[in-house]
Amino acid sequence: MKPASPFLELEGNPKVPVTFDGDVFELPLGANLAAALLAAGVQVFRHTPVSGAPRAPFCMMGACFDCLVEIDGVVRQACMLEVTQGLCVSRPGTGEATDATE
Amino acid sequence: MQQNDLIVIGAGPAGMAAATEATSHGLTVTLLDEQPRAGGQIYRDVDRVADKRGDILGKDFTYGRTLTGGLRASGTTHLTGAMVWSIEDGFRVSFTKDGRAAQITGSHILLATGALERPMPVPGWTLPGVMTAGAGQILLKQSGVLARRAVLVGSGPLLYLIAAQMVRAGTPPMALVETQTRGDMARAMRDIGGAMRGWPYLVKGVRMLATIIRARVPRYVGATDIAIEGRAQAEAVTFNVAGRAKRIACDTVLLHHGVVPNTQAARSLDVPHRWDDGQQCFVPELDTWGGTGVDGLFIAGDGAGIGGAKVAEMAGRIAAIRIAEAVGRLTVQQRDARAAPLLRSRASDNAIRPFLDKAYPAYQPALTPEDATIVCRCEEVTAGDIRRYAGLGCLGPNQTKAFGRPGMGPCQGRYCGLTVTALLAEANAQTPEQTGYYRIRPPLKPVTLGELAMMDTPEPDAAE
Amino acid sequence: MEADYAIIGGGVVGLSVAWGLLKRGKRVIVIDGDDGAFRASRGNFGLVWVQSKGMNQPRYARWSQQSAAIWAEFAEELGDNTGHAVPLEQKGGYDLHFSEETLQETVEKYETLKAQLDGDYPYEVLGHNALRKEEPHIGPKVVGAILHHQDGHANPLRLLTALADDVRRMGGTVLNGKTVTDVTKPDGFHIQCSDGTVIGAAKVVLSAGLGAAELGPKLGFKAPIRPQRGQVLITEKLPKLINRPSLIARQVDEGGIQIGATNEEVGLNDRVTQPGLSGLAAEAIAAYPALARAQLVRSWGALRVLSPDGLPIYQESPQMPGAFLVTCHSGITLAAAHARLLPDWMERTDAAPDLEVFSETRFAIS
Repeated sequence: MKPASPFLELEGNPKVPVTFDGDVFELPLGANLAAALLAAGVQVFRHTPVSGAPRAPFCMMGACFDCLVEIDGVVRQACMLEVTQGLCVSRPGTGEATDATE
Repeated sequence: MQQNDLIVIGAGPAGMAAATEATSHGLTVTLLDEQPRAGGQIYRDVDRVADKRGDILGKDFTYGRTLTGGLRASGTTHLTGAMVWSIEDGFRVSFTKDGRAAQITGSHILLATGALERPMPVPGWTLPGVMTAGAGQILLKQSGVLARRAVLVGSGPLLYLIAAQMVRAGTPPMALVETQTRGDMARAMRDIGGAMRGWPYLVKGVRMLATIIRARVPRYVGATDIAIEGRAQAEAVTFNVAGRAKRIACDTVLLHHGVVPNTQAARSLDVPHRWDDGQQCFVPELDTWGGTGVDGLFIAGDGAGIGGAKVAEMAGRIAAIRIAEAVGRLTVQQRDARAAPLLRSRASDNAIRPFLDKAYPAYQPALTPEDATIVCRCEEVTAGDIRRYAGLGCLGPNQTKAFGRPGMGPCQGRYCGLTVTALLAEANAQTPEQTGYYRIRPPLKPVTLGELAMMDTPEPDAAE
Repeated sequence: MEADYAIIGGGVVGLSVAWGLLKRGKRVIVIDGDDGAFRASRGNFGLVWVQSKGMNQPRYARWSQQSAAIWAEFAEELGDNTGHAVPLEQKGGYDLHFSEETLQETVEKYETLKAQLDGDYPYEVLGHNALRKEEPHIGPKVVGAILHHQDGHANPLRLLTALADDVRRMGGTVLNGKTVTDVTKPDGFHIQCSDGTVIGAAKVVLSAGLGAAELGPKLGFKAPIRPQRGQVLITEKLPKLINRPSLIARQVDEGGIQIGATNEEVGLNDRVTQPGLSGLAAEAIAAYPALARAQLVRSWGALRVLSPDGLPIYQESPQMPGAFLVTCHSGITLAAAHARLLPDWMERTDAAPDLEVFSETRFAIS
């Protein structure tokens, strides 16, 4: 279910399904991932490992690391990524550590 | 490994202009930038979005296409999505691109890593829904995403610019809560002479304000005691203005009280920095050309001291001309002839800065916040913690980092460094210069151990 | 300024000694350097470690054991006094091996040492499968490990902070941002600082890390110490992945995985290098493959303070009696011994530990 977003999108681009923490969102292909998640109504991107406080994008330019998300077991900055088909995103630290295959 | 004449880091105005200029003199240039497309933050994604939103963003933004076009035609090797994590003497630059680590070498480096928002630690600034004004503008520029119920808080021309752009996009901000006072403007008038030399900037400022006023966006000037309320998300901004308490309910708060040079890469190479009292930040010590104390290392753009996009572009070209001379592609006479007009117009464009710095000073309570306010967002260290470490003998940020972890998180102190220096300076009755700054070391940006390990080439064990 | 003891060097070693002396009612002044000084106290790996120490000098193994045995009590007292706990875990630690041969060789050495220590060397050898039960994330390349039950790890920065706090609380004076330029002994000791400060003291402890190499000869010490660079990595904070520490990696109490360390003879150069980072990352992944996906957040180069044989030096100056050189590579492991046992040696009480083997007379005059 798509929550109401505090953000408005000016244009409608072709959308693809992206999973965030188990929920499926339709996000614009090629869009900035952090921006697309915000526009889709995702308000909390992660909880801090120090106090568990909620955080969301702050700088949108790769400097603050508050928009960290986990993709394929790697924690990365959502604001430095683009939306791709079938992307599977989770909040960091919520998955189990997985052993590399090689 | 191919040796470049020049490695440029950052594809904003300074980096694009430098790469274009340098290649025009026959230099081999590689440009590394972490964004998927050229433009930097000021011209972010300009090639994709100028046609869609050029009317909202304005001509100063769409001008960026001149630079991206020049770069494309220049023969520069432009590596996009390349996250630089280490620069070593020599120069050897390590970066990650497409999930793989790689390395290039070059005889000269130009750091064009731009600016960061000056940290604005006010109560509640870590809540979701609170962003830098720059972030709000990036959302609009790159993604066409606008906050429906936003309050802009702080001071400076960027606040007016984003407010005007939001008005043009049909979603004006709910209010402008401005921290500068009439006294600030009075003090700034002493520098009006310089400001008049930069009159086009003044004209733009007046136009932006007119747009905001026509849209009836409420403005509160001289705001103090700013705080953001909310439990899991920003819910309201509270402040005092002329002795009266105000509260504006909102979903998004955009903070801004100036930008400061991003000095991370320069500091990792031990470039000497000095405290700039006018801009209230550290700036690298540079010669006219942008040369640092480190041989072959140059800095241009806002990373060299805040000057804005046009100054950055000129400084990038000036540095490139000097480097072209250094590698023997220009004579000293050719260098000086080519640089002279650029040096003149850079000086003229910089003339408005003292006026702007005084008219829109940093919000003092966010420079040395109250005890309960978090200053290090990553490690959640408060201003009170920093003061306690000062009491335990911490004279500078590096001992403080060891005592209490500020600056140890993934942002590497980008959003707490200046605050920690200011708090320690105040507590120890020292200057920011005496107090110093974090020692910055690789990785400049996090890199996975897997990527690092892929670069491991077994060498004969020299040490026991 | 006058004191019973002036301690030159306000790192973990100097503050530990200061803390011990203050507990005995001595008046203590600690003279500490500036924010940018080479500080092993900020860069060390944080192990409270016994195994592999003193393979050729059982007294060193014993000294490390003595310190490890009283560490918990020391940490608890610091925590109680300051209200800030010093995290410590002493559940044993590993020496991980990637080949049966090195494992076997090490076991043979441990057996020799164990005999010299009257059997007090509690370790066991874990094969790959037994190790995997203890450490589910261990990689297939690790053939086994030596689990030594006297090993552990601490938060060395919390230790440093607690010491700085408690030394002040107990009435010690700490002068920060000082550079000692000379020490003379016309009657008592006069310690001169570059900013003109002069400190008078009945006795002096030189615990200035690498700074002792320059100051030592002024006090009549040889102080044959040198820097050795160790590069160290730390990842983002992760869910529990590693239970017990090893020399390769440990999970710190805040959650990051700390990975160490290179041994490089590069003088006073504490920079980080890409080959250094890559080599350490590769070894850590060989031990714990899941780390391949972890983000490196910080790295640093720290300079070890090494004597020619790697053992500590405890020496009273023959030329200036009352001046003591205290220097070691293992300031964290030995912190408890320095705080609780070393003051008896300086005060020449009946309880003084026998530290004769750590005298610098063991080094030939070069």
